[in-house]
Amino acid sequence: MTTPNPQLDAQGRLRHFLTIDGLSRELLIEILDQAEGFLGVSQQTVKKVPLCRGKVVANLFFETSTRTRTTFELAAKRLSADVLNLNISTSATAKGETLLDTLRNLEAMHVDMFVVRHAESGAAHFMAAHAAPHVSIINAGDGRHSHPTQAMLDMLTIRRHKLDFSRLRVAIVGDILHSRVARSQMIALKTLGVPDVRVIAPRTLLPARVEEAFGVSAYHDLSEGIRDADVVIMLRLQRERMNSALLPSEHEYFQLFGLTEERLATARPDAIVMHPGPINRGVEMDSQVADGRRSVILEQVTNGIAVRMAVMSMCLGNQHLGRQGQEETGHA
Amino acid sequence: MSTPDIWKDAAAVAAAIDTMTERLRARLKRRGIEHPLMIGIHTGGVWVAERLYARLGLTEPLGHLDISFYRDDFSRIGMHPQVRPSYLPVGVDDRHLILVDDVLQSGRTIRAALNVLFDYGRPASVTLAVLLDRDGRELPIAADVAGFSAGLGADEQIKLNGPEPLLMLRAKRGASR
Repeated sequence: MTTPNPQLDAQGRLRHFLTIDGLSRELLIEILDQAEGFLGVSQQTVKKVPLCRGKVVANLFFETSTRTRTTFELAAKRLSADVLNLNISTSATAKGETLLDTLRNLEAMHVDMFVVRHAESGAAHFMAAHAAPHVSIINAGDGRHSHPTQAMLDMLTIRRHKLDFSRLRVAIVGDILHSRVARSQMIALKTLGVPDVRVIAPRTLLPARVEEAFGVSAYHDLSEGIRDADVVIMLRLQRERMNSALLPSEHEYFQLFGLTEERLATARPDAIVMHPGPINRGVEMDSQVADGRRSVILEQVTNGIAVRMAVMSMCLGNQHLGRQGQEETGHA
Repeated sequence: MSTPDIWKDAAAVAAAIDTMTERLRARLKRRGIEHPLMIGIHTGGVWVAERLYARLGLTEPLGHLDISFYRDDFSRIGMHPQVRPSYLPVGVDDRHLILVDDVLQSGRTIRAALNVLFDYGRPASVTLAVLLDRDGRELPIAADVAGFSAGLGADEQIKLNGPEPLLMLRAKRGASR
């Protein structure tokens, strides 16, 4: 690919965070290292740092989300930024305002960063392409395309437990076809050098040619797929995305692909179990597993705040370059 | 930046740390402080603190502080590339702290470090110990204990080199930058 990555500035520094695709291993490791630093902030009596004081972050959620929006909000607040939460269903877009008009209006209010979740793949890229040079866009999930902060919080969780990516076997189980989380995870794991990434799903929930496209191996049997795995990532069954008959029933799905303590026995004894949430208990996994000793699901939530702080502060910290560029070209 | 030369060799640095130890011991005694918490500022300050900690025979675990999130130049130069988590193993509330850094110049690092500490709690007192107290102050901050005091040219940069052995290097900020 010869076109420059739209997420990076001329020095290769992060300006927007839209997708894992095209980012170097060094940059992903920098994000993880910065996030490690931010983990300590929650230990402070005053759980915030003054790094992004005076910056304004707008959460633009065109699709519902509790956890992601809340952790982005908390991350921004822990950086001392001011946060606007725009409830899109009751805002002007319901009256017919376009995405670009929404962006322009908020830019006029001197918002420095937009955190965008949208049902359309590419929405965040579109906004980044049209945003003013001193504004950053963070993708908080776009359609089936990408959910990069979720993937990075998963990477942080894995690194904190397994230390080294280069000898791991990671299994991703569930609705790979509809999952932007799985897409971002596969790319992040391969970029970080995980040698064995497996995806496990019924044939109807796997994208065509997934093995060639992502360098992973596909399995259709759960026990077989998670054999000797160090990490088992369960995906949520996206009920709201499934309007066609890809599955006979949730009950039958659980019979074949639901994670139980019994099935988990083929994984390594020190395997960790992850889930991006919210869990459909009794569909993707048994409560015994979700609440069991190998589950790191709640750690993922905690790590999510630190990763979002890292990405937001890196993008906001690099904005002075955009401003300088603007001054040089005489638009300031 | 010119090629750095040695400003203080390992023996001089070790002697200065001995001086700091004696001054700190006298100060603690004078003030009746028995179990201070020592906290070094990354990276050079931690190296100095480790030595002071051993020489003073302190019992409470040594803390370290990264001030990257509290710097005042974030909007000008962005994130510091190497942030390490701060580590304060003991609560700072009502404790007597000894804050250690390698070089005190503008005072901006200490300003940031004090802000970090106060986000962890309300210490009873903070004593500032630095290996080198030099000119160039931009804020009303002063060292309580110093190993070296020196007036240097504004274009001269002193950097502590470590972790073993500790020596101080001098470089001139110049056109070659």
